[in-house]
Amino acid sequence: MTPNILAYAFAFPVLGIFLGLVYKGIDRRVSARLTSRIGPPIRQPFWDVGKLLLKETVVPENAISWLFNAMPLIALASSMTLLLYIPFGVLKAPLEGYGDLIVVLYLLTLQSLAMAIGGFASGSPFSSVGAQREMVLMMSYEMPLATVIVGFALIYRSFSLTTIASTPVWSIVGPIAGLGVIMLFIALLIVTPAELAKLPFDIAEAETEIAEGMLAEYSGRNLALFYLSDAVRGFAMAALEVVLFIPFTLSSIFNLNLTGASLYTVEALWFLFKVLVVYLLAVTLVRTSFARFRIEQASRIFWVYVNIIALVGLALVWMGV
Amino acid sequence: MGKLYSFKRSLWVFHASGGSCNGCDIEIIATLTPRYDAERFGIKLVGSPRHADVLLVTGAIPRDFADKLRRIYDQMSDPKAVVVVGNCGTSGGLFYDSYNLVGPIDEIIPVDVYVPGCPPRPEAIIDGVVKAWLKIEKLEKQLEGGE
Repeated sequence: MTPNILAYAFAFPVLGIFLGLVYKGIDRRVSARLTSRIGPPIRQPFWDVGKLLLKETVVPENAISWLFNAMPLIALASSMTLLLYIPFGVLKAPLEGYGDLIVVLYLLTLQSLAMAIGGFASGSPFSSVGAQREMVLMMSYEMPLATVIVGFALIYRSFSLTTIASTPVWSIVGPIAGLGVIMLFIALLIVTPAELAKLPFDIAEAETEIAEGMLAEYSGRNLALFYLSDAVRGFAMAALEVVLFIPFTLSSIFNLNLTGASLYTVEALWFLFKVLVVYLLAVTLVRTSFARFRIEQASRIFWVYVNIIALVGLALVWMGV
Repeated sequence: MGKLYSFKRSLWVFHASGGSCNGCDIEIIATLTPRYDAERFGIKLVGSPRHADVLLVTGAIPRDFADKLRRIYDQMSDPKAVVVVGNCGTSGGLFYDSYNLVGPIDEIIPVDVYVPGCPPRPEAIIDGVVKAWLKIEKLEKQLEGGE
């Protein structure tokens, strides 16, 4: 690793936390506006984290304390690492060459897994129920998610995110495979709220039925870490969708001849805008307009309907390539 | 800006309903509706007492519920404040001489803010939660005085 990569590796997580919290703030604000409320200021998530860090951290008496305390750290670390694999517009991913889409898939799973293990380690019946629901939900949405990634491997003959980001997927597929890619995109958009544990798939954290589920016993610093990992992962997931499906750069659309700093600034802003649009469409709009599903309904949606969409998409891609 | 500034802008509320008639509870939900929109001030209802900064208690407290309320209070992480909503919790209200009740809430857990009314207006409830700031401000002064 060159010093350059190390510098990226330290700057990216800080930037990731900042952007994640800003996007969470925008999400809450837009969601409030959609229900004709005024909503909290964009800075609200920063205040929430600041407050949680000030609070006392309670470890329940019958929790397995080392697991209970380790899981928030693992959750945050996995979302941060996830961010390091995603090419940021024209910038290369800091950990480029050290892993690919398969690692991204595992890192996405690791965060949910950390939350579920933390829930089981809390020693509270609410957390256990939440953790079980999370495991069931994970088993349901992993299949369509994996199908999407296999679809991309079929098109590019490679799992590397850098290869995928360098050539827009739409420019190398024919009409049939293009239809398949659209179906894969739809499947991934439906998986997004489940992956991020947002309504209508926040069954594992249902605050009204099972007292926040997996997070029921977490407080103070541990809860702040989960809050941050949730924010970072929300940003990373939307960024991943942008890299896979909307990789167009502004300079390629308008034939701009930008170089150096201006290129990076313009492309970075354009990338952030695309991520924001995907985030608002896939998370905010959906979570504001739907009520929570029951776990067996969610399971059926993913195993039957989303799976059909993803598999038909995969078949189309396979026929087209 | 004090050390506890972020506290004032982000109060998470847990709602414990004792022997309430549901009148106050509906008014509490009304504070979250578009008309009153408590989320503007960072006030959010949470589902677990571990996450909460403010405990909202409604209703007169029956014998069975008294030690449960004590447990809920103990489960909250410090610093915390208690707001009593409605006449019943403040003084016993309509049921002041009932043999089933253990008396006003401040005989069970320490109460910081009282919001009287049957039921109180949503504005009054928001005001009550915001008054919990006063307790935090006191804490802030202690912190600054201690150093």
